[in-house]
Amino acid sequence: MENLPLLVPLVILVPALGAFINFFFGAKFEEKWSGYIGCFASIFAFIVSLILLTYVTGANGAAAVVNPPFVDGWLRIESIGLDISWQQRVDSLSVTMMLVVTGVGSLIHLYARGYMHGDKWYPRFFAYLNMFLAFMLILVTGNNFLMLFVGWEGVGLCSFLLIGFWWDKKAPEGWNNSNAARKAFIVNRIGDFGLLMAMFLIFWTFGTLDFHRAGELPNTEAKYLVHWREHNGLLEHHEETDKEAAGDAHDKAYKCVPAGGDDHETADAHADDGHGAPNPLASDIRAIYCDNDHFDIALLGVFGQTTERFGAGETVDFGSFQMAFDDVILLIALFILLGVTGKSAQIPLFVWLPDAMAGPTPVSALIHAATMVTAGVFILVRSNVFLWELNHGGYVIGLVITLVGAGTALMAGYIALGQWDIKRVLAYSTISQLGFMVAAVGIGAYVAAMFHLVTHAVFKALLFLGSGSVIHGVEHGHHHAHEHGHGEDHHDDHASPHSDGGAEGGFDAQDMRNMGGLRKRMPITYITYLIGTLALAGIFPFAGFWSKDEILADAWYEGFELNELSGFIAFGVLLVAAAFTAFYMWRQIVLVFLDQPRSEAAEQAPESSGAMLLPLLILAFFTLIIGFINVPKATPIFDGIYHPYEFKHFLEHSLISVSRGRTLDFNLSIAGIALALGIVSILVANRIYKGKGLASGNRDLLEAGGASRPLFRLANARLYWDELYSAVIEQPFNRLASFLADRVDWDFLHNYFHDSIIKRGFDTIAELLGKPFDLGIVDGAVNGVGAFVQRAAEWMRRSQTGYVRLYAVVIFIGVVAVISLMIYPFVQMLLAGGS
Amino acid sequence: MDVTGLSLTTITLFLPMVGLAILLFMNGETQKANLKWVAFATSIVTFVASVLMWINFDPSTADLQMVQRNTWAEVSLGESVINISYFVGVDGISMLLVLLTTFIMPISILGSFGSHIFEERGREKLYYIFLMLLEWSMIGVFVVHDLIIFYVFWEVTLVPMYFLIGIWGSEERIYAAVKFFLYTMAGSILMLIAILYVGNRSGTFSTYSAGGDIGVIERVQTWEGEGTYWDAADPEAEGEDAGFLLNSVESWLFLGFLVAFAIKVPIFPFHSWLPDAHVQAPTAGSVILAGVLLKMGTYGIVRFNLNLFPEATVAWAPTIAFLGVVGIIYGAWVSYAQDNVKKLVAYSSVSHLGFVVVGIFALNAQGLQGATLQMVNHGISTGGLFLIVGMLYERWHTKEMADYGGVWKVMPLFGAISLVISLSSMGLPGLNGFIGEFTILLGSLGSDYLGFVFTLLATLGVIMAAVYLLKMFQHVFMGELKRPLSSEDGYKLTWSEKAAFIPIIIMIFWMGIQPIVFFNMLDVSVDSIVALFVR
Repeated sequence: MENLPLLVPLVILVPALGAFINFFFGAKFEEKWSGYIGCFASIFAFIVSLILLTYVTGANGAAAVVNPPFVDGWLRIESIGLDISWQQRVDSLSVTMMLVVTGVGSLIHLYARGYMHGDKWYPRFFAYLNMFLAFMLILVTGNNFLMLFVGWEGVGLCSFLLIGFWWDKKAPEGWNNSNAARKAFIVNRIGDFGLLMAMFLIFWTFGTLDFHRAGELPNTEAKYLVHWREHNGLLEHHEETDKEAAGDAHDKAYKCVPAGGDDHETADAHADDGHGAPNPLASDIRAIYCDNDHFDIALLGVFGQTTERFGAGETVDFGSFQMAFDDVILLIALFILLGVTGKSAQIPLFVWLPDAMAGPTPVSALIHAATMVTAGVFILVRSNVFLWELNHGGYVIGLVITLVGAGTALMAGYIALGQWDIKRVLAYSTISQLGFMVAAVGIGAYVAAMFHLVTHAVFKALLFLGSGSVIHGVEHGHHHAHEHGHGEDHHDDHASPHSDGGAEGGFDAQDMRNMGGLRKRMPITYITYLIGTLALAGIFPFAGFWSKDEILADAWYEGFELNELSGFIAFGVLLVAAAFTAFYMWRQIVLVFLDQPRSEAAEQAPESSGAMLLPLLILAFFTLIIGFINVPKATPIFDGIYHPYEFKHFLEHSLISVSRGRTLDFNLSIAGIALALGIVSILVANRIYKGKGLASGNRDLLEAGGASRPLFRLANARLYWDELYSAVIEQPFNRLASFLADRVDWDFLHNYFHDSIIKRGFDTIAELLGKPFDLGIVDGAVNGVGAFVQRAAEWMRRSQTGYVRLYAVVIFIGVVAVISLMIYPFVQMLLAGGS
Repeated sequence: MDVTGLSLTTITLFLPMVGLAILLFMNGETQKANLKWVAFATSIVTFVASVLMWINFDPSTADLQMVQRNTWAEVSLGESVINISYFVGVDGISMLLVLLTTFIMPISILGSFGSHIFEERGREKLYYIFLMLLEWSMIGVFVVHDLIIFYVFWEVTLVPMYFLIGIWGSEERIYAAVKFFLYTMAGSILMLIAILYVGNRSGTFSTYSAGGDIGVIERVQTWEGEGTYWDAADPEAEGEDAGFLLNSVESWLFLGFLVAFAIKVPIFPFHSWLPDAHVQAPTAGSVILAGVLLKMGTYGIVRFNLNLFPEATVAWAPTIAFLGVVGIIYGAWVSYAQDNVKKLVAYSSVSHLGFVVVGIFALNAQGLQGATLQMVNHGISTGGLFLIVGMLYERWHTKEMADYGGVWKVMPLFGAISLVISLSSMGLPGLNGFIGEFTILLGSLGSDYLGFVFTLLATLGVIMAAVYLLKMFQHVFMGELKRPLSSEDGYKLTWSEKAAFIPIIIMIFWMGIQPIVFFNMLDVSVDSIVALFVR
């Protein structure tokens, strides 16, 4: 058990190796072998993650810090104690992310084998997917901000490569693809700027970038179940669980003391939480509290130090300026938030994500829905100590985060109402759901945020893969209808309509207006898509119901019980966003699957192959059950048969704020309101769209009506965000670039300054020096030399390069002289030795 | 007393001269095919010699190592007698830059193999002679510790580069070569005046003390202790209490050196020679220019400005660092507006070297170590970018971005390599460029002399690096292939092209993932400089 965490480097190395093999040798294999390698790497990483899960659950509250092999440290300047290492962290939070990334990732790899079949860059696609996994796992397992940042930018790179995967398509499609890729990278870089600034501040404040040091306990306020033994009449911590595995960096480890005076009661209290209820404590297992008191505060990680130092009125000295410790933390949190708005597509940096749908659909599912975009939520949850301390120290950071998250949820949900592209609806839906998670962090519901992250990863991956299946089917149908049978060249433009709304030959296989009635043609896709939709809409008992309900319950509590503004805002806004969610998803179901086919392609669309359907079925199954991992207490029916808050207890040992925060029971009225709202929205959408298809002129039924027309058009135009950014940022940026380059740099510095100052100056000097010779002063005195100099002077004036040549001659003479001088001592030595 | 005996430094320094001598005696016509091999072999042997130096190098001391010092001349000037000596040796900073020089040279020679410029302009023999001369003088700049000899080496580098641009350059080569020459020379003259003044006051031109002779640096410190400073006539104005006056002698000396170095770096606004020189130079010239020559400027600032004039450095630090920050943003912005690939890369140097300047004038260990490492990183990644541009030009004979597109499609390996090098240049973490930038920016925030606004603005440069480099990458490598070559064979990389990239790629990953060995090399040496600025 102790040594299991040593496996964690494999989750990075194996996918990295897979990427390497596929990238360099992929072209030499048959297609299927590329797929096998990619899938193997991913599934292998998943299995390792499962093993790590057993470690984390097995050793209660255990967390491990692992130094991977082959790399000895990283950024290390010994004289000033800067030491940032390649170091991985295995704790419940990182294992949760690992499972999501590799679990969903493996299914998407399997799916991609079918979806990408026949693509000429098949091996490269799997190389990129594997590379993405490697970077994503660096991101989630890193034990310091810098390693997280490596993953953070690395996944950004993979995202760039995969969004632009089909950059070589005919213009303008290929160019649009690469534009979307570039946009994603650059917008994310703006976020990365925030993260960089945060890291600089963190380093000078804490002297380290480590989250927690080896041997340090992340949560000193949770209760731990550990083995104890009697020793010299004192209770002593059992050796085997004494320190975190591989805690070799420090001698000191956390120390445990019995909780209160009555161990038994504490244990009972713990059991009362429901976690250990059926687990009668063995005689040597005690519930105890542990602390990090054996550590010097300065040797603690960033979060441990924050817990100790916040609110003490300390001042941080940055050399040239000073700042109150608490203010620095606020600044750090705000910079991190900027990073989050980039990677997790929040206002104001979300604009790259809709365009990112230009990538192949498996990419949209894996990177732009399930995993990469949740990295922002992950880093916020990881930084919960900052946020908790700030919120309880009188700073309004929680409100700011809530505004960003809730605002994004509402805005993106609204835009999704008016989209035609099946993937774009899902993209805006993803932005909206990420807003839910961020808002949850804002109101302090870290577990709820992670819970929604997990469930959303599953059902949104399902929906994206389902949409991929639909697109695939419609394309096949299109070919079938127009070419009467699948041509051999099918795969050449197989991918073409997958990009940014491009409509090759006037037909767009992603446009929902070209669909309809697919229920009969693609039954399995339909059923699984329906399950995903219900989950996203928050319908009982699907996954989304549980996680969304938890966020709403927390928001309600924050607002109506604690009277926090952020709670009111989150509750009200998210409720509306949830209604939007149910509405646009049902609109999609009706337009895509129900009613009658609206195109020949849709009429003839075949069901997808088994390779693509199997992952859909597996994901659908998990969409049904994944919500049960964190059923709240006092939930009717479930209460009797199931442990409540499994997920919360699992995460608790990584997150101190969870122990400090509240644990809410199931709130029937809030669940009822949310559920009713979802069902009503679906019914309304059903009433509007069912059986009517489209209004005349292929318009949406909302567009046809009077009052809803401007609202629909506004949503359809995506609230003019892109136009706004183009006018306010992009165009001024480009104009200023041209001005600087052409006017300032070239015309002024390069030409004018050079011609009128530098060159004229040289000419003048040359003239001044040459003049006495011209006047014949020297000439008359020494005729021969004078003649030479005069000639040289004229030469100098005639040719613009004259003085350079002269100078070169002088230099050459100098060189000869210097070399002679250099050799001279040796000659002398030789002579001395010889005599 | 002199430290005589042939040191490894001297051997490394003069190996290129051996190659030059061999080349001189070869027949440029009959032995044409062998010329490049002689040059290449020489550069490899020099590289091996510098690696031997590295193996012998002890990173635990700040003292110069592998020293050799022979007094040449004792010049009487009035009452004082001034020593000029052949004084070579390395500390961590010199060592790293010598390694960079000997590393870049074989690569740029490989990059010249089979180049079309010889078909057009001929004179292959002269070309390689100039490369050898260039290598000799560049190593000299990094290892010499006598101000006069330093000045000589500094000036000698101009000559081969002038001819490389002037003879084998593109259309506007004469203009570019002259401009390059004029600008650098203008700065050098100011430096020469400062050098003469310093030597005169100190009685020696040796910067470091060796074998009993006290060097300039130590004398400066002694004088400080005695309360008399550079301007003995007006000591109060120079005293610590009186604050620093910009018109003091030390300040003028500082500026005399700085202008020479600033033009070379180039620090904004002294950069206007750079786009011409880079765009017109042949590939090897651009690679060496970006890879090594520009570093001579930043090296000079660290070695002379910081060591000799600490007070002036402190007084000027915010100003120069501000110019560095302006350079970062301005260079990136101007770079983004270029339509010419080579010009785009050229301006990116202004931006990248801006980081180095900020790092140096942070005047703390992070900043200075980051800056030195960034010199090397920039040499590798920008050298790599110029190689890429050169290989593109060999095939398509154009530098206009609009003429390219879709190169990745026909040259998959080349595209992947270019992507890695571009990413290294834009500072992707895990690759070398990031290490330098991160350490510099870290240093700038905790610096006693800079601070938050500097860090904030400089970090914006990180965003902008992605903006211009991705523009280049997208326009050249992505999209549709606009100009297919007449023959499919043209798309293949030759063996020498591949060989030139291999060491670059290795270094990009090595320095990105395991930079510890390089930090160690610098640590103590940098610390001895930083000690001058601890408040």
